[in-house]
This record gives sequence, structure tokens and C-alpha cells, in this order.
Amino acid sequence: MFAGLDVGSLVTKAVILKDGDILSYYIVDSRSDPVKAAKGALDKALNKVGIDKEGLSFIVGTGYGRVALDFVDKTVTELTCHAKGAHFLRPDIRTVIDIGGQDSKVIKLDSTGNMVDFAMNDKCAAGTGRFLEVMAHALEVPLGRLGDISLKSGKPCLMNSTCTVFAETEVVSLLASGAKKEDIAAGLHKAIATRVGNMAKKIGLEKEVIFVGGVSKNLGVKMALEQFLGIEFAPIACDPQIVGALGAALIAEGLFEGR
Amino acid sequence: MSEYTQMWQDLGLNLKRHDTLLEALGEIYGEIYLKQHNRPKAMEYFDFVISEVHGLRIKELIEHKQKGGKVVGTFCVYVPDEIIMAANGISVGLCGGAQFSIIDAEEILPRNLCPLIKSAVGFKLGRICPYFETANFLVGETTCDGKKKVWEILNNYIPTYVMETPQKKDEADKELWRKEVLAFKEKMERETGVKITAKKLGEKIKVANAKRKALVRLYNLRKNNPVPISGKDALLTSQIAFYDDPIRFTAKVNELCDELEGRIKGGVSVAGANTPRLMISGCPMAIPNWKLHHIVETSGGIVVVEETCTGTRYFTDPIIDETLTDLNGQLKAIANRYLNIHCSCFTPNDERIEDIVQLAKDYNVAGVIYYVLQFCHTYNVEYYKVEKALKNAGIPVLKIETDYSEEDIGQLKTRVEAFLEQIGSKPS
Repeated sequence: MFAGLDVGSLVTKAVILKDGDILSYYIVDSRSDPVKAAKGALDKALNKVGIDKEGLSFIVGTGYGRVALDFVDKTVTELTCHAKGAHFLRPDIRTVIDIGGQDSKVIKLDSTGNMVDFAMNDKCAAGTGRFLEVMAHALEVPLGRLGDISLKSGKPCLMNSTCTVFAETEVVSLLASGAKKEDIAAGLHKAIATRVGNMAKKIGLEKEVIFVGGVSKNLGVKMALEQFLGIEFAPIACDPQIVGALGAALIAEGLFEGR
Repeated sequence: MSEYTQMWQDLGLNLKRHDTLLEALGEIYGEIYLKQHNRPKAMEYFDFVISEVHGLRIKELIEHKQKGGKVVGTFCVYVPDEIIMAANGISVGLCGGAQFSIIDAEEILPRNLCPLIKSAVGFKLGRICPYFETANFLVGETTCDGKKKVWEILNNYIPTYVMETPQKKDEADKELWRKEVLAFKEKMERETGVKITAKKLGEKIKVANAKRKALVRLYNLRKNNPVPISGKDALLTSQIAFYDDPIRFTAKVNELCDELEGRIKGGVSVAGANTPRLMISGCPMAIPNWKLHHIVETSGGIVVVEETCTGTRYFTDPIIDETLTDLNGQLKAIANRYLNIHCSCFTPNDERIEDIVQLAKDYNVAGVIYYVLQFCHTYNVEYYKVEKALKNAGIPVLKIETDYSEEDIGQLKTRVEAFLEQIGSKPS
């Protein structure tokens, strides 16, 4: 059995792979200690199926916290892991859009699952999960409900900025001017969709496309992105937040068997 | 107390901040440079130069001034060193590669301006850099909008002369630049009281040629696989070229090259033959900006060539005709040589795109990292054409936009590692 651990800035994901299939997975908050989060997620994923850590032949760590993981066999970047995970789920996938806690990424892959190009946001949290978290706070709406609320919007507000700092100011002044929360939320989602969508257009969008990462669970962002790009995302048969960890587990398997 | 404290005090430096800067510099140099494995022995000289960067070299400059010579501060590879030297002047490339001084500049400059300009202005405003305090005057150029307007401000603190670099390379532009070179020669004569003769200029053309030739030799040795010197060490050498004594520097670079030739024969290298070889192309990296090279070389890659002003653009067309004996002919040859540097400030600038693709092939690189300093519009926009050309040639490219701060190192490391994984997975 093999494990993949994806330590993101906000959440940590563990996937256990057995005989080429997902046996178990678990998602925990990263909080301030990436090693603790990774060990916690791994233990929980193992406990779910009643398996001991000793049963793991190889562990690959990924995500921004990967460098801190001293107990894994190898670390690989989340970009390569997402490409591998996506290819495993659907070999027809050529583009992965991933919006996580502090990064947004667009990854292009070939028919064998190798990454051929990628784009990533520059040093700034514009258009990421952190951006939505700050905005949800400003709107006094739970982060998990932001998507649903935005779907009620009839007239999304026009947001001028995807900069987390400026956008927060904008949200506060929109609230003060009496704008509806659902319209502001829908405006924020459109702003993210434009930003990340342009990144995807820049490196060349190729079908099929999947949308993964924590933010992909926000239906408002998902629909706004589909509208901006003029496509429909391909459905996948697993939690879209664990694709990176799945890729890590697949790489673990490949490396072990290639020995 | 350093043996140079009195000197720094006499120069009017803010000693407290200057001490903090030197301490930080020593620390990062130790971490980034001295911990490298298997460095060429000849790098000891360059380590020494850095350890004395605000000491011995400044002392030399002051002694030069005491003997009646002038010190000229410059910022750009378009300023002809030959003319400065022919007027018995010393040219020093000014500091502008540190986050440390940006806070000083932001008292008067907008935040959204390139870090190179902010850092340089901050060094002057904060009185942190002894080169600024030693220079008699500065020579700026019009290679970007930010610098162009900053000269007006810097001129309030230290006399700043501006050479107008054209924006195109047509006949009228060449004519303008020749006139600017001539005017600069006259400026140097006025400042120094030294008449620039064909004989003096001819001697200095040889000095500058020899220096550029030594750098060409160094870069050519980096074409070898496995590579005998790290990208960081080669970058350092290019950076030091801007302010070390040119004759001594040339001799030391040639010594380094002799050693590297021996290494190649003996099979000694700093990275295995399978290490992904990368080119860095884009904005200049002033001391102590070693950020990207360090990330690459601690992530499993090796930099083998820089298409930057602190790289190949510094020694484009290295040789100016040494047989010329008339002053006008010499000045024209100098103007032509400098105008043939392919900076993104020109439009159109297709020669640069061609250079990049050619260099990628000559140095047999597995990929190119396109390096943009934040708010450097010309290099940033030109990426569009560079990317297309490289992709057409089948060469992977990664664009990185950053500044001197450390807050994005984690993200950059992820991108560089992912790029190396991408290159590694490519069937060759």
C-alpha cells in the first residue's frame, strides 16, 4: 500500500492507495504545524480502514508544507501530483485548474499524464481560497456557504480588484452602500473566475478540463469559471480536494515499483 | 569597529544602518556562497572582493580621487566605460540589489516601482552605500521610464548626468546615440580636465575588450557538460565586473578560466551531467540579488547562462576595433558596439528573441527561466514573444516575476521544482 500526503496552506489531505485504487482518504485543517497535520491526516485515513502504518511501502509528500515532512520517502511538487492524479481519474484530461488556499494553478498534461506546462499566481493571494476566506469574513458569511449564497444573486456587483487587501475595502464600502450580500459574493466569484480563467487562457485551454482544490467546492466560483471559459468541467469520481494527494500516492506506487 | 569605520564616517555614511547591512550581507553570503560544494579555488579572489566590497575597493577609489582622478557611478550596460577610463576616471556600477534600502526609497518613491530603482535610490537617501558617497557624479540613461524620472530626483542629492538612449535602432537613432556618446566624451573631459586623445581611448578600448573577452571565455566554459562552475559563482563574477579594477579583474577571471579548463580536462564539475541545465533570461541581478540562482541550485538544477545585463548582454560584441587611430572612428565604433546590446527598452527588439533561442541551443539548456523584476514593463511584456519563440523551438520556459523580498521564496521554490519535474518527465 502507498500513501500520498498533500499539505496545503489551509488543509492537509491524505490518500491511501491499494492495488491501484483509492482505499481511503482524509482531510484535516493544516493549522500551524504541517507535520502534525500530515501525521494526523495519515493516521485518520489508516484508521478508517483499520490498517497499520507498517503496511505502507512508500509515502510521497506534496503541497507547500512538503519540505517539513521528514518522515516521507520523497517529496514532489503539487503541480506534478495534480497532473498524475487527474490522469489517473480520467486519461482524457489535458488541463487541470486548481484553486487552493494560497495558490491558484493551471496545469497542462499530455496523454501519458506528464505535465507539459503550468502557470501559477505570482506572490499574492489574489484569486485563491485565502481571498474568499477574507471576503467571507468581511461579509459575515460562513466560508462554506458563500457559494450557495451567491447563486441567489440577480445582479452581481462589479469588483474592480482581485487583490485581497483592496477587495476587502471594496466589500466593506459596497456593504456600506447597501449592496446585497449575494450580489457581492457573486461579484467576488466572477473576479476570481476572470483572474484564474485568464491564466488558463494564457497557457492555452485544452479539453477535457477539471476543476479541483478546495475552492472548486464553491459552486459559485465553478459556474463563474465555466461561464468565463465557455466550457463545462469534466466530472470526476472523487472528492476534488484530494487529487493532489492521490497523485502523490500514485507517484509513490510508481517509484516503489520502479525500484 | 572595523578598520574602515573612520573612512565610512568621513564619507558621511549612516554607520548604524551600514553595519547592519554588512552584517546581513556577510551572513547571506556565507549561506548562499560559502556552503557550495567543490567550488573552483580561483573563486577565493571573488570571495575576497565581496568581503572587502565596502572596504578595500572604496579605499582604492578614495586614493584615486586624492590623486586627482574622478569616480563615476553608473547603472547600466549602455554607459561606455572606455570613455570614463580614457579621462582617467573609474567607473563603478552602483548598488541596487538589496531589499534593505527599499524602505528608505519608499519615503519619496511610489511603492509600485521596480525594486532595482528603489533599492538604488534608497542607498543614496539612507546614506548606506559608500559607492554613492565616493562617486563624483552619476551617469544615468533613458532605458526605462522609472529611471528617467528618478534621475531628476537623484540629481538633488548627487549630480546626475543623463545619456539619452534611443528607443529604436534606425539610422536617426544611431545618429542620436553617436551624438550622445560624443557629448559624454566632452562631459568627461570637462569634469576631469583630461583631454581624451585617440591614444588614450585606444588603450582603454583594449582594457575593456580584454575584460569582455575574459567574460566570454568564462561563459564559453559553461557550455561544457558537466559544468565546471556553478551559476551562482558565474553570476557573482559578472556582478563584480561592474566595479572591480578592470585590469585586475580581467587577470583574475582568466585565472579562473585556466582552472576551469583544467577541471574540464580532469572531469571535475559542480553538478552531474544529468543535472538539468537552465538559462535565466530577463532583468539584471545586482549584488546581492542571488535569489533565483540560489533557488534553482538548491532545487536540483544548475544555471549555465544568463541572458541579462549581469550576463551575456554585458559582453555582447566584445571587441571594439583596436586598430582604429582616429578619435572619431573610435567613438563611432564605441557607439555602434553599445547600441548593439539588445535590451527590451528598444522597439522592435527581435534580435533579443533570436539571441535567446540561439543561446538556449549553444548552451544546450533543458529549459529557460524568464526573470522579471516586478514593474519592469518592457521585460514583462516582451515575454509574450520570447515564450512563443522558445515554445516553437521546443524549449520549455517558466516565467517568474518577483522582487528582492523573501516572502515568496516558498512559492518560487515550488514553481522551480515543478519546472524541473516537467523538464525531467519530458521524453528526450
